[in-house]
Amino acid sequence: MKIDHTKPLEYSTDQNQLNILGFWIFLGAEIMLFATLFTTYFTLQGRTGNGPTPGEIFEITPVLIETFVLLTSSFTIGLAIHAMRLGRKKAMLTFFGITLLLGLGFLSTEILEFMTYYHEGATYQTSAFTAALMTTLGTHGGHVTLGLFWGLFIILQVKKRGLTPENANKAFIFSLYWHFLDVVWIFIFSFIYLKGMIM
Amino acid sequence: MEFLKFFERFAIPNPSPMIYGSMVAIALVSIGIVVGITYFKKWGYLWREWFTTVDHKKIGIMYLISALLMLFRGGADAILMRAQLATPDGKLLDAQHYNEIFTTHGVVMIMFMAMPFIFAFMNLIVPLQIGARDVAFPRLNALSFWLFFAGAMLFNLSFVIGGSPDAGWTSYFPLAGNDFSESVGTNYYMLALQISGIGSLMTGINMMTTILKMRAPGMTLMKMPMFTWSSLIANVIIVFAFPVLTVALLMGTTDRLFGTHFFATSNGGMDMLWANFFWVWGHPEVYILILPAFGIYSEVISTFSRRNLYGYTSMVASMVLISLLSFLVWTHHFFTMGQGALTNSIFSITTMAIAVPTGVKIFNWLFTMWKGKIRFTTPMLYAVGFIPLFTIGGVTGVMLAMSAADYQYHNTMFLVAHFHNTIIPGVVFAMLAGLTYYWPKFFGFMLNEKIGKTTFWLLSVGFVLAFFPMYITGLDGQARRMYTYSAATGFGPLNLVSFVGAGLMAIAFLTIVYNVYYSFKNSPRNIGSDPWDARSLEWATHTPVPEYNFARLPQVSSSEAFWDSKKKGHQLFTGELKDIHMPNNSGVPFIMGIIFFIAGFSFVFALWVPAVIGLIGVFVCMALRSFEVDHGRHIHVKEIKEIEEKLGGAKNENRPHETSRV
Amino acid sequence: MESNDDMKSLIDLDLDLYVSVERSICMKIKWALLVSLTALAAILSGCEPLLVLDPKGPQAARQASDIMLSIGIMAFIVIVVMVILVVVLVKYRASKQPDDYEPPHIEGNKWVELICVGIPVIIVAVLSYISVQSNYIVESAPTGYEDKEPLVIYASSSDWKWHFSYPEQDLETVNYLYIPTDRPIEFKLYSYGPITSFWIPQLGGQKYAMSDMVTTLHLAADEPGELMGRNANFSGKGFAENTFNVTAMSQADFDDWVKEVHETAKSLTEDKFNEILEPGHLGQMTFTGTHLEFSPAPEHNHDTNSDDAEAEHDEHSSHDEHASHSTNEMGHSGH
Repeated sequence: MKIDHTKPLEYSTDQNQLNILGFWIFLGAEIMLFATLFTTYFTLQGRTGNGPTPGEIFEITPVLIETFVLLTSSFTIGLAIHAMRLGRKKAMLTFFGITLLLGLGFLSTEILEFMTYYHEGATYQTSAFTAALMTTLGTHGGHVTLGLFWGLFIILQVKKRGLTPENANKAFIFSLYWHFLDVVWIFIFSFIYLKGMIM
Repeated sequence: MEFLKFFERFAIPNPSPMIYGSMVAIALVSIGIVVGITYFKKWGYLWREWFTTVDHKKIGIMYLISALLMLFRGGADAILMRAQLATPDGKLLDAQHYNEIFTTHGVVMIMFMAMPFIFAFMNLIVPLQIGARDVAFPRLNALSFWLFFAGAMLFNLSFVIGGSPDAGWTSYFPLAGNDFSESVGTNYYMLALQISGIGSLMTGINMMTTILKMRAPGMTLMKMPMFTWSSLIANVIIVFAFPVLTVALLMGTTDRLFGTHFFATSNGGMDMLWANFFWVWGHPEVYILILPAFGIYSEVISTFSRRNLYGYTSMVASMVLISLLSFLVWTHHFFTMGQGALTNSIFSITTMAIAVPTGVKIFNWLFTMWKGKIRFTTPMLYAVGFIPLFTIGGVTGVMLAMSAADYQYHNTMFLVAHFHNTIIPGVVFAMLAGLTYYWPKFFGFMLNEKIGKTTFWLLSVGFVLAFFPMYITGLDGQARRMYTYSAATGFGPLNLVSFVGAGLMAIAFLTIVYNVYYSFKNSPRNIGSDPWDARSLEWATHTPVPEYNFARLPQVSSSEAFWDSKKKGHQLFTGELKDIHMPNNSGVPFIMGIIFFIAGFSFVFALWVPAVIGLIGVFVCMALRSFEVDHGRHIHVKEIKEIEEKLGGAKNENRPHETSRV
Repeated sequence: MESNDDMKSLIDLDLDLYVSVERSICMKIKWALLVSLTALAAILSGCEPLLVLDPKGPQAARQASDIMLSIGIMAFIVIVVMVILVVVLVKYRASKQPDDYEPPHIEGNKWVELICVGIPVIIVAVLSYISVQSNYIVESAPTGYEDKEPLVIYASSSDWKWHFSYPEQDLETVNYLYIPTDRPIEFKLYSYGPITSFWIPQLGGQKYAMSDMVTTLHLAADEPGELMGRNANFSGKGFAENTFNVTAMSQADFDDWVKEVHETAKSLTEDKFNEILEPGHLGQMTFTGTHLEFSPAPEHNHDTNSDDAEAEHDEHSSHDEHASHSTNEMGHSGH
């Protein structure tokens, strides 16, 4: 494996570069996935059948918590990669860990949010609106969950094997994924929650 | 008795002697295969060489075999349909059976025959054409294949356990919902397509990365062979189109399994949403199929006219334009769904617009033949037959694009004629041309020319007889997907002609089987590595192609690198031999395929425990992969030298005077 | 085993012979095929014109003329392609060239490509213009009928039959349609089940009938006669038989029929209607009254009666022509 020391560690081998390009392309596919989910939501958001409307179930507090927590975690993963670039393994692992904890916080709040919806009579089966809402939020949340496990695996590997080109590559790609989920959340926050609570 | 009730769900809802007979045949063949492999002690070989391979060439061959098998499955459906409709009030199939057959015919032919066929060629040819040793992600490539295979097997299982889907390959809601499709058939549809769709998306990412980053030195994008260009663009379409299908299938699945109201017509569900999503994916899908076919035609026509491809730049530009436009036309599949004149007008115009870049390509192929030296080999015959037949299919597409007129054509046999008129001369002919053209490279002998030409003529005449009458009956009021018609309608005679045509096509496909057998037994094996006197890099390899493809990576300086090395003395392979790094085999993709199959089957029958266990299994495999350390292996220079000697040694290096003509 | 070269030249000879024999057979086959197919088509379709190309109403007439025009232009394109192909194949086949002929390298030609792009663009532009024009025509009152008051008929499908509700005449039929000539008909389409498609080929194109909205189809019959109608969108087991008979008759005959219905037919009760809705095939039935009171159409702005105009959704095919007749259908009962 030829290492190019003029490039950052995560780009330093041929396979590393292939992995990063491949992941960007995957993110393109994910954009289409979420675009389809948003299209579904926008089309079905007014079709509430016998069930509650967005305004009736959305609450600002949990949404603000989720937003603050997730956006902060995006900042911390950025710090983690920055530390990685400087070769500071301990700092990188610390920020990585904080990111995952914040992610866990996000997820817990979201689970509580869903439980509240269920108690208020907005279940998955209630109406087209609830189906679209929960599938969109749930897909995003599912991605976050996957990310928590994935991030944990990377932490364990860096701990065990050190900061190698391969691990750096994985960590960087994870950060791309995490940032992407954050961007999707911004759309969710703006066009689902905010719009639903104001209009 | 409770215990037996559990098994009732697996019974097929509409049995008939024909179905029972097929089930028995399938069971016997499957047992026969397992017994045969065991008897000949080939399990080890299969596991080592095929089930765990990550070699793009072997993966390509597995796709090829699967596609050919599925061609016969879908073809059997076709001949049954034509037989049932050959006479008025036919009694061969009842409505339910007919509905299951046309549904499986559509799904099998598009998703499990045409898609693997193009993936086969992409896998076999693209790395060789760009001078690479494999694709960017060999493990992922293997996973793509096994997911396709799992999806295909799951779908084919429906026939035997639980019942086939019967709502058409388009599976519109609410027909496909629980109210009107009560058997598990549509569950099979949703899950099998989902699983194989994930595999397709992975191939999209894999091929794009490979083509963008692994080209040989000197091969800029505008020096790539046209088949590679067409593959690149098709894979871009895959990456952006398949996620839409993923979401649509997910929502269809939850509607049926969990009672959600995405498409169900109560509590706000919107049946039109399915139609929209399906076709936002579905239309790009047909361009995914046709673009690699166009790529094959470019290679074949260029080689057998002994000329460079005319208008390289406009060929590339036209494919880029086609891929963009393909996402802007989907509504033409349901002009009659009530969206009004403005919407229909917009999509009418975008649909007709796609004809322009497609026409550019047809003319470029014609001009490639201009001033050429045309050899009528079997692959060239398919290309020559493609041009007029596909043009007819394409212009009927322009006719259909006029939305007000489409109010008359829609859902009639005219439409059926149009899309078969583009898919068969377009995709199927290309696949058969590619099969014949590339066969010697991968199997070491040529397919027999005489039999090949017989196949072509039988197929072409059969195709015209089978499908052209449908243009007429469609204009006369015969709707599609009708299992029968009365004598009073007058549809009988032309439908009989169709049946005769279908019979000829069936015979043509059988001659392909015979050709393989006959050629295997009789074709000489000393054909060299360039039997057609071809032009691009895949022909600069040995036959059979060694594991590492090229002992030295080629240096490229034109869009016809191999031709120039033969005619102008340009040296392709220079420098010292070095150790070659290759990926290791792995059993994980195969195992993940099995797990997906089990999970899919469990979801179909709402068996939640194995379904969840299956999903967890998938994630466990992904976790194991994350922790895995596998740096592959190296093939040392000594071994390379031995292999090169054995395969013909210095044949492909620096031979300015070589003319390996056939 | 012969050497590669010998084998190759033998194959060349073989191919050349094959090709020239093939050429003549090929041409003959193509010609014979074309002639026989045309003859066959004429004979086998019973020498009767195809339904879509035998219009009996202005919408179908417009569609048929669009179709014929597009066939003509497309035929021109197909012929051009075929001619170029044949010329190229005949002139440049290997058997006709000297052995040492090396074809030239030709990248492209600006003017040729301009023509190959330009002419299709012009053709597409022309067809687009015509197509857009036709779109608006088929979505509004039929040509020549603009100032007549349309007869509104609610056509709804259930597995696997059609219900035709005439609110103006206060009657309902199952699986058959009587319409007056010389009067525009406005069909309001919807479904009690899967998506279906209401199609009377000789009067005009089809349109989907769905369960969560109402679509509108504008047709008119120019002359009396019997016409075929059917569901064109696959809807399950009984789809093939999901047809209906259409009879166009003079206004006088139509009025007579309405009177006869009110004298002889039973009233449509909710129970009876629910019975009819059950999946299955039925023959033709006639009732007084419609089901629209107890089972209204899924129109977005619900009125209590079946007054349709305001109930149209923006996206639908509604057009200005509606407004003029909106107010007093109720005054035109069949009595």
